[in-house]
Order: sequence, then C-alpha cells, then structure tokens
Amino acid sequence: MELQRDLCVDMLSQMYKIRFFEQTVDDLFARGLVHGTMHLSIGQEASAVGSISALRVEDYILSTHRGHGHCIAKGADIKLMMAEFMGKETGYCRGRGGSMHIADIEGRNLGANGVVGGGIPLAVGVGLSLKMQGRDEIVMGFFGDGAANQGSFHEALNMAAIWSLPVVYVCENNQYGMSMSTRRAFKIEKMAQRAASYGMPGVTVDGNDVVEVYEAASEAVERARAGEGPTLLECITYRWKGHSKSDQELYRTKDEIESWKNKEPIRRFLELLITQRVISEDEARKIEEEARRTIGEALEYARASPEPEVDTILEGVYA
Amino acid sequence: MREITYAEAIREALRQEMARDDSVFLIGEDVGTYGGAFGVSYGLIDEFGEERVRDTPISEAGIMGAATGAALIGMRPVAEIMFMDFTTIAMDQLVNQAAKLRFMFGGKAKVPLVLRTPAGSGTGAAAHHSQSFEAWFIHVPGLKVVMPSTPYDVKGLLLASIRDDNPVVFVEHKLLYKTRGPVPEEEYTIPLGVADVKRPGKDVTIVATSIMVPRALEAAEALAEEGIDAEVVDPRTLKPFDGETVVTSVMKTGKVLIVHEACKTGGVGAEIASRIMESEAFDYLEAPITRLAGLDIPVPYNRTLERHRVPQVENIVAAVKDLLV
Ligand SMILES: Cc1ncc(C[n+]2csc(CCOP(=O)(O)OP(=O)(O)O)c2C)c(N)n1
Ligand SMILES: [Mg+2]
Repeated sequence: MELQRDLCVDMLSQMYKIRFFEQTVDDLFARGLVHGTMHLSIGQEASAVGSISALRVEDYILSTHRGHGHCIAKGADIKLMMAEFMGKETGYCRGRGGSMHIADIEGRNLGANGVVGGGIPLAVGVGLSLKMQGRDEIVMGFFGDGAANQGSFHEALNMAAIWSLPVVYVCENNQYGMSMSTRRAFKIEKMAQRAASYGMPGVTVDGNDVVEVYEAASEAVERARAGEGPTLLECITYRWKGHSKSDQELYRTKDEIESWKNKEPIRRFLELLITQRVISEDEARKIEEEARRTIGEALEYARASPEPEVDTILEGVYA
Repeated sequence: MREITYAEAIREALRQEMARDDSVFLIGEDVGTYGGAFGVSYGLIDEFGEERVRDTPISEAGIMGAATGAALIGMRPVAEIMFMDFTTIAMDQLVNQAAKLRFMFGGKAKVPLVLRTPAGSGTGAAAHHSQSFEAWFIHVPGLKVVMPSTPYDVKGLLLASIRDDNPVVFVEHKLLYKTRGPVPEEEYTIPLGVADVKRPGKDVTIVATSIMVPRALEAAEALAEEGIDAEVVDPRTLKPFDGETVVTSVMKTGKVLIVHEACKTGGVGAEIASRIMESEAFDYLEAPITRLAGLDIPVPYNRTLERHRVPQVENIVAAVKDLLV
C-alpha cells in the first residue's frame, strides 16, 4: 500500500492517544482516584485504529469491555470520555456507565459492553436497519476471541450472512479470554475459519501491524458497503496488562509477555513511517507531544467536572 | 472457634465435598488457575486436577447445559456463573431444562446441581456486573434459591445444597467474600428452608437477605442506643422459605421491615410481605408492612449514585424509626 501521509499521521496520533489515555487511567486507578475495574488494551492499539480508520465518520461501531481504543479511534472527545471514566456528570453517559459502558452516540459509537458477546447480535440489528432504511453507512462490530465461543456469536454471524447485511465483524484475538488461552478454548487453528460455516469471507491478519489491519478492513468495508454482506476479520494481537484489575496473571509467563513487546505496534509503525520518509522524527515527536497534551487536558477537564446530583438518580431509565 | 472469610468458607465446603464424593466437580469460566473472578476456587485445581475443576470457554448456556446433563446421569456438578448478571445467558438451560426435567419426566429423573453465582453492587462495576436476580428464580418451580449472609452459613448451606437432589441457585455476594466469622473446621450442613434469627429483639422485626443482614445488624446496634430493640431475621434460603420463623417474629413485635438489595418492584420483599399478610401474624400487625429495597434503576457507575441505589445502614435506621412513629 502506498502510505498516505494524512492517514498515517492520523493513525499514529490515535495510537498514541489510546496508549496515553490508558496509561493515565491505569495510574488514576493505582492512586485510588477511580473505583470499579477497567480493561486496558495497551499493546492492541493497531487493531482498533487500523480497522476503524477504514470507516467513514458516519459509519457505526459496537465496542467491547476493552473499548477505550475503539472509542478514541472513532473520534470521541477525549474530555468527555475521561469525565465518564471518572463518573462525572459531564461524561458521555453522565457518569452512569463508566469505563465498561462508554458510548458516543453522536459519534456513532454505540457503546462498550459489559457482557461478553453482548454486542455481536446488536450489530445484526444495526446492519438490518441500515439496509431497511436504504442507507449507505455500515457497522463494524468488535469482540474478543473469548466472545467467539458465546452462542450469540454463532446466531449473529449466521443472520448477518443470510441477509447480506452491511456488517464488518472484527475479532480482536489477544489469545486469552480472562485466563483461558485460545489454544484451550478452540479446536481450530484460526478463529476466522469459522466464517466459512456462515458463508462469509474470513481473514486473519497481524493485528499489531496497523497497515495490514487497515488494508484488510478496507476490503471488508468495501464489500459491506457494496451490499455484498459481512466479513469476519481476525486481528492477532496481545494484551500487555492483566485482564482487569484483579488479575494475578498466573496463566501466562513473563517470557511470553516480553516476546510480544518486540511486536509493539506503535514503534513498528513509527519505524516504518520514518524509514519510508512519510514523516520525520521531528514530526513524530510533535505528534506524540500533541497526543500527550490532549490526554492531559482531558484529565484536567474531567477532574474539574461536577459529580452527578443525587436527586437525578431516577432519571434516564425510560424514554 | 477459628475465623475465616466467607470466600474461604465456600472453598472449604467445596474441598471437603469433593474429597468426600467423587461425583462432585466444578465447572465454569476461569475457575481453575485463576480461581474464579473472586478467587473463591483458588488452589482447588492443584488438589483435584483439571478434570474436576474444569475451565470452560465463555459460554454460559453451555456451562449450564453441561451441568444439567451431567447431573441427569449421576454427577453432582457445581457450576459457577461469574456474575449473576450472566445467568441471563444460561436461562433456558436452567429454567426450562434443569428446573423442569424431573417434573416433566414424571419424577423419574433428578438434577442434583448447584449454580454458584455472585450478585450485588458496591464494587463500581456498573449495570452489567452488579445485579441481584434472586426473585426471578424463586418464581420457577423446581429450583431452590439460597442466599447466605455469613461465613458459617455459607459453608453449611453449600454442603447441604450440593447434597440436595435438586437444582439449587446459590447466590453469593461480592461484598461478603472478605467478611470474617467463626466457621467449624469439620463438615456440617444447614438444612435448606430454615431461617435464622441473627439478633433477637422485641420492638420490630427486620427481615433481611444477603449483604443486608450485616447492614441490618449494624442498624440494630445503632437503634439499640436509642432504646429500640430490633429483631433481625435472615431467611437464608428464599425457596424453600421458612415462613414460620418470620411469622413468629412478627407476632412478637407487631412491626416488620423487609430489606433487600434487588429492585423493589417484583422483589422477594413482595413475596415475604404477602406471606405475612396471609398468616396468623396479620392480626398482630400494628403498622403496614414496609419494604426497603434497591431503587428501580440499573446500577449506576458513579460511586455516590451506586451507594444511593441500594439500602445502607442509615436508611435501615431511618426506615425503622418511620415504622415506629
Ligand atoms: C457473558 C459474560 N461472561 C463472562 C464475563 C466476564 N468476563 C469479562 S471479560 C472476559 C474475557 C473476555 O475475553 P475476550 O472476549 O477474549 O475479550 P478480551 O478480554 O480478551 O479483550 C470475561 C470472561 C462477562 N463480562 N460477560
Ligand atoms: Mg481475548
């Protein structure tokens, strides 16, 4: 692929923002400034950014519990995202949702999801609605390798296929559910093989190579938009951090984690851009600094934001 | 007596029963090396191996079905659904299959299984990881529903549940896992369907379930300082339900407050209130039966809102005072 400068700058910037957002919230949690739990996607930035970069702004996504990356890549206002993370009234969900439920409805991110596999059938409905309304947009539904063993996965992919819906399914295969490895949870080599049984194309890519993800996603998006139906795209990647905040990581080795750090997606992309002279080192530094500043400002905004008023507690259950 | 935590008491019951009975095995997501999301089964895989402490893919319907099928032909599975919120996914296998097979087959089969699952809020886990669905399950003939509040009770009730020949929904509470209390080292069972008076009193009856039991006891201490003597009754099992203990208490005090975390509308409080109304205690009531329960909203993420969503000690104190004026 010819590396288009604007696209590359944009993808690099998003990957930095995701990384810095997550490092920041990890630190907030460590200092006891937020409660609950969170699922970090550090090390997986390329799958979120590469796939979502293939979409138009007006396209939809459905995200997962590990969804900070999807949200940022879809163009969220990180101030509102950070405020939600801190449970503030100014947050995307007025502090009701938190990390696991951040949604940016205007930005066409139909939400993270606390239920593993919960979003996969929703993508069918979004795709169906787009088709019935004769619209040109498509929907990209994310889920993890673990979610692919839910019944909802099988029902949804079959429905999307038989109705030729404008859906792109992206499985972020980070090799583990919580502690169960894909080697133990699947009897097949590649999850994408399952696509064949629903009659849709299944593609497996290096999920830590943002360019490869982008190219494969672009093809799937084109297919969906042309009315040719869904695709199952599997991005092989790895989460560097524990599953959530209660993980002792007894199910994997330090060596394994270290070996994946050699495939660090941001550095890989950066090196490519510099050797191919798409951007200079100087420009790269500016992009990084700008991303850091954005996260810093978001944090300040969130901190200064008010908590929800207790007397609003009953609001928002019904339309 | 030695004191251990609620989580340790569960683990000890599992260990003792697995050692005693080869047909008992654990099945659920990450129950092996990880020890379950709350570490309850931690270490059991080292003692009993992967066959009997079986990690599953993320497939709640599959877990529930596997447990049901295994129970049908002679095993005694203890299935774990990581959060009660996800029993929704296991619902067909639990409600339409496990609960009804015996009856539909004219009593010629049995389904001796336990479904362990943590309920409740207070951990900042928001609307998909905080729910309390016990009322749904008491509505289903064929299921038993147990909801222990102390380390002592959880051990004895779990042993009784595993030995029971019926499907038992065993509802634990996340905030109780780390609470400590005296627990005998040896095996013992607490029969299902027997309530426990956690604190005797004469002025008012507080019927509380699960995490609301320690909160009601704390409230009772605060009320005692103001000269109000509250009796706290813990049903311990919601189905079968020990109406007699509750009725006896209400006949003594004449006033009753029912406290639970789950949403008020359609909650178990409605069922308990009706039981009292239909009993001889009706004539002894000096005030309307009062329910204090979770607000009818999903559990919010924000810490303050989350706290306001469910009854706290101060709310119990206030509700009792309202009842007494
Ligand atoms: C229905 C359901 N079951 C279990 C869980 C608990 N849980 C949360 S994330 C997770 C692992 C998910 O694995 P995967 O789909 O591979 O996504 P990853 O966490 O690796 O991004 C589990 C078991 C849940 N949230 N929902
Ligand atoms: Mg995974």
